[in-house]
Amino acid sequence: MNLCFFVSKQVYAQISEADEKEFQDKIDPTLCVARKPYMFSGVKTVEAPRARHATRPTAGRDTQACDGDKGQGRKGVKTVTQQSNQDGIDWAIVIAKVRDEQDKVAFKSLFDHFAPRVKAFLMRSGADASLAEECTQEVMATLWNKAHLFDPTRASAATWIFTIARNRKIDAFRKQRRPEPEDLPWGPTEEPDQADALALQQESEKLGEAIASLPAKQKELIEKAYFGDLSHSEIAEQTGLPLGTIKSRIRLALDRLRHAMT
Amino acid sequence: MIKHHLSDALLMAYSAGTLPEAFNLTVAAHISMCDECRARLGAFDTLGGALMDECADVALSQDSFEATLARINDAPEQPKAQPAIRAKGVLPKPIQDYVGGDLEAVKWRPVGMGVKQAILPTSKDATARLLFIPAGAAVPDHGHRGTELTLVLQGAFSDEVDHFGAGDIEIANEEVDHTPIADIREDCICLAATDAPLRFRSLIPRIAQPFLRI
Repeated sequence: MNLCFFVSKQVYAQISEADEKEFQDKIDPTLCVARKPYMFSGVKTVEAPRARHATRPTAGRDTQACDGDKGQGRKGVKTVTQQSNQDGIDWAIVIAKVRDEQDKVAFKSLFDHFAPRVKAFLMRSGADASLAEECTQEVMATLWNKAHLFDPTRASAATWIFTIARNRKIDAFRKQRRPEPEDLPWGPTEEPDQADALALQQESEKLGEAIASLPAKQKELIEKAYFGDLSHSEIAEQTGLPLGTIKSRIRLALDRLRHAMT
Repeated sequence: MIKHHLSDALLMAYSAGTLPEAFNLTVAAHISMCDECRARLGAFDTLGGALMDECADVALSQDSFEATLARINDAPEQPKAQPAIRAKGVLPKPIQDYVGGDLEAVKWRPVGMGVKQAILPTSKDATARLLFIPAGAAVPDHGHRGTELTLVLQGAFSDEVDHFGAGDIEIANEEVDHTPIADIREDCICLAATDAPLRFRSLIPRIAQPFLRI
């Protein structure tokens, strides 16, 4: 983790001179904890983040240092980018459109992709079709209402929507409160770093691939845990999945938030 | 510096949403104090998202999208949901939500030897209580049938296992018999959650147990 943070300082120290000039009055570039206002909200197309990524060659190194994929170089990162998003959609950007413009077309595309999955997840967790349908509509309405709380450097769109669905499930199925940790919000003047968001998204997609290649028995155990068929004492400590790389990414984002808050 | 963290099994169950409410509360409180476990939880949430994303599609009702828009439009105008940020005080926000404030709002009940407790209103499948242990005092020697989570909120305690400071969580199961003793420097305040009644070694607490719900 220390290594990641050190490398990230390097990344910031090496971003283009124009960027550096823009920020050097506000922050010590060696500390580099300010979040970049030009990121995320200004990006309107799927291509843009990739272009941004390409103009920051060190961002690839940042990813490398954190995920431990030694020897692949930037090419590896690029490959993942091209593999990602079979639908060609960066959902984080679509959520930003919902957030910033109350864009109903963007919301419809999110709905078409995620609502059937949310409903399937709820039904596999034990809901009948009508309860699952009702909860799914509520989950998607929550997405609309809370789009401003979504932080793509800490969760992919699928992850965030999963947490909303999970909370709705506890509320509706078990009639329990769901205590949530205190939050670490990003303030109104700050925006998540697009390169960080992209890197997390790539890690999330790699995890999807890793799940697909798990032995059937192991995958079944994990599914049982998430669909509610195992108690915590029955859950195995080892998943066999590379969760450490994602943890490191999120930890980096948290460290930046902590620094920005102080 | 926190050195005792949540287990992967607890984090995964919290992410899946299958823990009893009292355990959810304890996990949420620890994560409020510990970015390492917050990041680990993020990884487990990512796993949940990936599992949800690969669920085979289920057909929605025909008017599902329109009904969702109607839900959005029909909802009474609400102030924008604000992130839950730490209120000042000893208790992390998730616990404050149950207490209705910080330490001054806790309704302590004495359980003997200066030790006080306050049971928090959670679902019945497990119990969550705040414990106040005066500096230097001990909680009676006890074992466990199920799992006991003890999160230190203020001060510190030691038992047969290790020393636990603020933010540390002790996860004890059937095999652990322990006598937590608060450090001498400061009164110790903990959140303890159990999914089965504790087993006390000596007779007096055992007689008192049904009345005290410990």
